[in-house]
Amino acid sequence: MGFLLETLIAGLMAGVLYALIALGFVLIYKASGVFNFAQGAMVLFAALTMARLQDHMPWPLAFLLAFGLMVVLAWLIERLVLRHLVNQSGVALLMATLGIAYFLEGLGQLVWGDDIYRIDLGLPKQPTVVLSGLIPGGLLLSREDLIATLAAALLVALLTLFFQKSDVGRALRAVADDHQAAQSIGIPLSRMWVIVWSIAGLVALVTGMIWGSKLGVQFSLSLIALKGLPVVILGGLTSVPGAIVGGLIVGLGEKLAEVYLGPMLGGGIESWFAYLLALGFLLLRPQGLFGERIIDRV
Amino acid sequence: MNHTMRLSDATGPFHAKTAEPQAIAAEPCDDVLLELLDIHLGFGGIKALQGVGFDVRRGEIRAIIGPNGAGKSSLLNVVGGVYQPQRGSVRFDGRNPARMHPALAARWGIARTFQNLALFSGMSVLDNIMAGRSLHMRCGLLAQALRLGPALREEIAQREVVEHLIDFLEIQAWRKQPAGSLPYGLQKRVDLGRALAMQPKLLLLDEPMAGMNQEEKEDMCRFILDVREEFGTTLVLIEHDMGVVMDLSDRVVVLDYGRLIADGTPDAVRADPEVVRAYLGSDAA
Amino acid sequence: MFYRENGQFKTSYTADAQIFPILQDRLFVIAMLLAAFVLVPLWGSDYLLRALLIPFLILALAALGLNVLVGYCGQISLGTGAFMAVGAYAAYNLMARLPGMPLLLALLLAGLIAAAVGMLFGLPSLRIRGLYLAVATLAAQFLADWVFSHVAWLTMGSASGSVTAPRLDVFGLAIEGPVRKYLLCLTLLCIVALAVKNLVRARKGREWMATRDMDVAASVIGISPVRAKLSAFGVSSFVAGIAGALWAFVHLGSWEPAAFNIDMSFKLLFMIIIGGLGSVMGSFFGAAFIVLLPIALNRLPAMVGLQLSTSLVSHLELMVFGALIVFFLIVEPHGLARLWITAKNKLRVWPFPH
Repeated sequence: MGFLLETLIAGLMAGVLYALIALGFVLIYKASGVFNFAQGAMVLFAALTMARLQDHMPWPLAFLLAFGLMVVLAWLIERLVLRHLVNQSGVALLMATLGIAYFLEGLGQLVWGDDIYRIDLGLPKQPTVVLSGLIPGGLLLSREDLIATLAAALLVALLTLFFQKSDVGRALRAVADDHQAAQSIGIPLSRMWVIVWSIAGLVALVTGMIWGSKLGVQFSLSLIALKGLPVVILGGLTSVPGAIVGGLIVGLGEKLAEVYLGPMLGGGIESWFAYLLALGFLLLRPQGLFGERIIDRV
Repeated sequence: MNHTMRLSDATGPFHAKTAEPQAIAAEPCDDVLLELLDIHLGFGGIKALQGVGFDVRRGEIRAIIGPNGAGKSSLLNVVGGVYQPQRGSVRFDGRNPARMHPALAARWGIARTFQNLALFSGMSVLDNIMAGRSLHMRCGLLAQALRLGPALREEIAQREVVEHLIDFLEIQAWRKQPAGSLPYGLQKRVDLGRALAMQPKLLLLDEPMAGMNQEEKEDMCRFILDVREEFGTTLVLIEHDMGVVMDLSDRVVVLDYGRLIADGTPDAVRADPEVVRAYLGSDAA
Repeated sequence: MFYRENGQFKTSYTADAQIFPILQDRLFVIAMLLAAFVLVPLWGSDYLLRALLIPFLILALAALGLNVLVGYCGQISLGTGAFMAVGAYAAYNLMARLPGMPLLLALLLAGLIAAAVGMLFGLPSLRIRGLYLAVATLAAQFLADWVFSHVAWLTMGSASGSVTAPRLDVFGLAIEGPVRKYLLCLTLLCIVALAVKNLVRARKGREWMATRDMDVAASVIGISPVRAKLSAFGVSSFVAGIAGALWAFVHLGSWEPAAFNIDMSFKLLFMIIIGGLGSVMGSFFGAAFIVLLPIALNRLPAMVGLQLSTSLVSHLELMVFGALIVFFLIVEPHGLARLWITAKNKLRVWPFPH
C-alpha cells in the first residue's frame, strides 16, 4: 500500500515536470503554429546558463540573469528565424526548430562547458516521512521533490491565469485563433511571438532548474525534454489543461509501468512507454484529450 | 424541412437503398447521366443543402448558379464523394452507390477541377497531367523501379495521351515547368488538363473562370465547348459570370440558401421571379 | 561555352524522359562512374576509403531512403535510425541463424523486414500528419533503441545488444579490405539510386508527390493517399534497412543499438534538408556535406594556425548544422541540389545572362 502510494506520488511529481515541458510546447504552438522541437535544447541552455552563473552570484540573481538571456534569445529567434518563415508549412517550421535546437545545444556547451554542473537552490536533500499516522511505516518523500513539484504547479497555475485574464494573454489567444485576424485588429504579431517565446524560455528555465538540481545539468536534459512530445499528443496540442493532465497521465503511467510491467519486460521501458501510449492515442483520438478537431475544407 | 417530411422519407424509397450496399442496376440506355434526389447536407448546425434534386443528361453542359453560400460547392463535393449527404441519393450512370467516396467517383468516371487552385505545385505540368492517368496505369512497384519492358511501354503510351491533351490545351511551352510557378490562368488550364486526363464521363468545374480576365475567360469558354465537342464529356459547372453561363450552358440550376429555386433553360431561369429575388434581394420582387 | 543543348533534339518520348537528357550531363556522369569504379579503387588511400567514401556512400543510401518519404511523399520521419537498426539486426540474425545465407540475399531480406516494420509505423500517417506523425515515428525510434538492447533473442544473447558482423562474402569473393567494401557499397548505392530515380519519375513517384502537394486533389483523381503513403514508408524503410545493414556490417564491423539512435535519425533529416528535399542528387550532396563538415572543422582552423579541442569542434559542428538548416529552410528550401541546378542553368547560357 505504502509502496503503491509512493510510486503514485513519484509518478505525479515526474508528471508535473512533464506538464511543465509540455506547457512550453503548447504555448508556442498556440501562438505561432510552431511545433517547437527546441524546447529541450532551451531547457539545457537555460539550465547551463543558470548553473554557471550561480558559481559567481546567489541563485535568485543568476535566475534573473538567465531569464534575461532567454528573452534575448526569444527576440533573436523571432528576428532571425520565425520572421522569415511566416506562411511556411508546419513541417518546415518544425525542421527549423530542430536546427535551432542543434544550434543552442552547440552554443550552450561551447559557452558554458560540457561537464555535469550542479544547480544548488539550497533545498533540503534529506527525505522526509509523512503520513506515518495513517499508513504503517509512513511515506518516504524527498522534500526537494515536494518543493520542486509545488513550484512547478504554481508556475502552471500562474501561466494559466496569465493566459485567461491578462490583456497580453487575451491578445495571445487571439493570435492563436487566427494570425491574420489578430494582425488586422492591430495586434503586433512579432511582439506577441517574442513574448510567447520568452515565456517558453521561462518555462524552460524553471524546468531546467528543477531537473538540474535533481540530476545535475548535462546534455541529457535536452533529451528528457523529448518526453514532452507524447504529453502534448495525449493532451492535445492546443490545450493548456491538456498539457497538465497529459503530463500527469504520462508521469503516472510511466512509473506504474516501470514498476509493475518493467520487471517482466527487462526494465528500462520508461524510455518508450509514453510514446507508445501517445501512439495508441493518436490512432484512437488524433486531436488528443482536449484538442480541437481539424476539418479539411475543399 | 418539417418533421412529417422527414418521417415519410425514412420509410420511402431513398431509405431502402442503404440496406442494399451494391449498386442497383437500372435501365441501361439511360439518357440521364447523373441524378440527384433530395440531397440534405449539414455541418453541425449549418444546413448547406436542403432537399436538392435535379438531373444531368449525357452530353449536356449544366450550370449551377446562386449567390455566395448557396451550397454550390457543397453540391459538387457531394457528387464527387468528398462530403456524404445525411439524406438523399446520388445516381450516376445507372448505378446507385451505397456511399459515394472520392476513389469510387474517380473509378466511375467523375472528374473535377477546383475553385481554389489545387494543382500539385511542386510537380511539372506534365507530371500533373500524367498523375491524372494513374487510374489507367497497371504496372506494379517492382516493374516501375526496373523501368523495363511493360512499365516503360506503359509510361510512353500514357505520355502520348497526355501530350495530346497538352496540345489541346495549348500549354506545350510550359510542360516541364513546376505547376506552382505558372500564372493563374495557365494553372486553371493545367487543372482542367489533369481532370481530362482521367477521361471522365462527367466533369465538374468549380468556378473555372473565377479571377480571370476577359481574354482568359474567352479561352476557357472555348476549351469547355471543345471538351464536349472532342471528348463527348458531360459537364457541370459552377459560375458567377451570368454572361458565360447563359452562353455556355444548356440548362441551369439555381440554388439559394441550400435550396433549389429554379431549374430550366437559361432563358427560362433568367425570367424566373424567384431567381430575380434571390439575386437582387427580396425588395425587388 | 561547351555546356549547351543546342542541336540536341528529342525525337521520342523515351529520349525526352531520360534521367540526363543533355549529352554533356551524360558524359559527365559516365566520367564520374568511371572514376568511382576504376580510379578510386586504384589510387584511393585507405584513409580516403575508410573514413570518407564508405561512410559517405552508406549515408547517401540512407538519406536517399528518407528522401523518398520526406522529400517525395511529404511525410516527416524522425525514426530513420530505427529502420536502419531493424535492417542491421535483421541481416545479423539472418546470417547468424541460417548458415550459408548469402550476404546479398540477407541484405535484401533485411530490407524487406525493415520495410514491413516501416509500414507498420507508417500506419498512423493514414490518420495523422505533420507534427503528429513526427511523434509517431519517434516512438519507433525509442522502441527500437530499447528492443535491441533488451530483447536478447534478437542479438543472439549478447548483453546490451552489442554484436559483431559475420564474415562477408559475395559470390565467393571475401569482402575484406577497404577497396572491396567500397566497391560493394558503391554498387549497391548505384543500383538503389537508379531504382529510386525510376520510381520517382514513374506513376508511383507522381502518386507520392501528388499526396505530398495536395492530398485531397490526389484522391479526387483516383490516387489513393493511403497506398501512396504506405508504399513510401515501405520503399523508404527498405532502403534505410539496407543502409543500416551496410553501416553495421561494412562500416562499423561491430556495433550496438546506440549506433542507430535518434542522433542518426536527426542527422539523416539534416542531410536531406541541406542536400535537397525531393531530389536524388540532393541526398548525395547532403551525405557528402555531413561527412565533410567535421573534417573541415578539424582541419581548417589548424591550417590558419588555430588549435581547437575536439569538444570545441563537436560543439561548433552542432552550431554549424543548426545554423545551416535554418539558413537553407529560409533561403533555399530545395537545398544544395537546387543551387547546383541554378549554377548549371547559368552555365547553359553563359556568357549571356539569360
